[in-house]
Amino acid sequence: MRARTPWLLLAPSIVFMLLLFGWPLVQGILAAFRVDGSFSLANWARMWNDAYFARALRNTVLLTVIVVPVQFVLAMGMALLLQSRPRLAGTHFYLWTIPLAMSELAAGLVWLSIFANHGYLNSFLSWLGVAPDGVGWLDYDNPAGMLFAVVVAEVWRATSLVFVILVAGLQMVPRDYDEAAQVFGASAWQRLWHVTLPMIRPSLQVALILRTILAIQVFAVAQALTGRNFPLLVGETYQWYVNLQNAAVASALALVVLAISLIMSVVYLRTLRRERA
Amino acid sequence: MTATKPVSAPVVARDLPPVDLAPLRRRRRRRALAQLACVLVSLFMVLPIVLVAFAALSTPDELAEFPKPLFPSALTLDTLRAFGSSTGVLPAFGNSVLAGLYTVVLSLVIGAPAGYALARHAFRGRDAYQVFMLMVRALPIVVLSVPLATIFLRTGFYDTVGAVTLVHTALAMPTTVLITASIFVAVPTDLEEAARVFGCSRAQTFRRIVLPLAVPGLAAAAVFTFVLSWNEVLGAGVLTIGHRTLPAQVLSALADSPQSYRFAGGLALVLPALLFIFLMRRYLLSMWGPRG
Repeated sequence: MRARTPWLLLAPSIVFMLLLFGWPLVQGILAAFRVDGSFSLANWARMWNDAYFARALRNTVLLTVIVVPVQFVLAMGMALLLQSRPRLAGTHFYLWTIPLAMSELAAGLVWLSIFANHGYLNSFLSWLGVAPDGVGWLDYDNPAGMLFAVVVAEVWRATSLVFVILVAGLQMVPRDYDEAAQVFGASAWQRLWHVTLPMIRPSLQVALILRTILAIQVFAVAQALTGRNFPLLVGETYQWYVNLQNAAVASALALVVLAISLIMSVVYLRTLRRERA
Repeated sequence: MTATKPVSAPVVARDLPPVDLAPLRRRRRRRALAQLACVLVSLFMVLPIVLVAFAALSTPDELAEFPKPLFPSALTLDTLRAFGSSTGVLPAFGNSVLAGLYTVVLSLVIGAPAGYALARHAFRGRDAYQVFMLMVRALPIVVLSVPLATIFLRTGFYDTVGAVTLVHTALAMPTTVLITASIFVAVPTDLEEAARVFGCSRAQTFRRIVLPLAVPGLAAAAVFTFVLSWNEVLGAGVLTIGHRTLPAQVLSALADSPQSYRFAGGLALVLPALLFIFLMRRYLLSMWGPRG
């Protein structure tokens, strides 16, 4: 009886997750490979030949590759700043965590008020006299501008998550190590690299995997800022399902997102494990 | 008063070597720089919110002006009011609140027992279960929402708050299990054992001892789950047409709505976030600690 108790408690969650993840996953795979009830790759061909697909794939990879490292450097800097016990540390901490509760869509709309053609950034630039008519940050023929806007919005929204994970990790590290290193004359840079970072390695791993997987799924930020002019993979899935009413191609796209997430997770886990050995 | 005067060291006017103030000055400069950096980061985090609030509180005419003044000449609620009265926004707000509350209840009812089992029992398959939950957390929600929409369409469950609740609960489940596990671990086993010694049944022990001690943590977990549901836009957008949640409603109306609608919608989505973080600030760190 005692041995069965934990499984009785776990059972509801296992059944629930199998029903809501396992079943749809199987259904999705079936839908992506089937046309009129028989096996077919037509959905994949349609997805592949769509003009938006290549751009969406490139944008998603580009965004992830840029955003994740920037967020880590920024979040680490913020965590260290807070460790130096500045004045009003509590207030700063509260303000830096506000975006944590911000939805992607809200973040996109917030930055739309800044990057829009008649937005605050262009007003500021015009006031400075740098660009009297403003810059078309979000114009459809300005991919660099759109990428920049989406990156800034994403960095603003999701750096807080990395920051909080790192601060939580730093709190577990006794200050003695850092002080000992200081006594023995290690520079700030050496202490960061050889003492602090190795000590918070578990937090770094969690944050890295979580952030990368979430970055691959970003879409509402870009949708709010640029509409479909800066396509991302998940946004295309939404387009195919909601506006083009094609669940099969949407499923195929969703599987591409899944494949990228899985590959990234496996790569991370393997490289991180090898380094540990 | 016969005590002798304390003997102080004789003050000798001697030429001391000059004090090297450079390290002190360097330290002070570094602190000032750190202080400045903190303020800059805070500005980066807060200024965009202030700006979207200004945009949402100015009149549509003023929004079209260029260059725009930093402060709107007159703050008005007209834009927000227009947003609130546009089709679908108020019901969507209600749907969002409902979906959030249902998600909180359902995920705690299903997830908390699992968290308790992880915290209190050592059993074979424990690691396997945790890996299972982590893997599920790594699955993108887009993979399940599209097939689920098809399944719900077939079963007549499509376009309901219940459908959204199910997806959000699935999304929140791994986190709920891990957070509740860390909450129950923090409740001392001694108290539980003492209650058992004094004749409480297992259920009574849980209700009278464990639950009261776990309530603050559970409340934090509940707020976290609510935020997750409140913010989720893709699943809700795919699973509903007529009964949208607020983010799904705003997203679907984006393409053909004026800028004033977008900024007002942005502000409406931002304000609850401020409240959530205010409620959660004490628990933020424990929630994202290495264990969670």
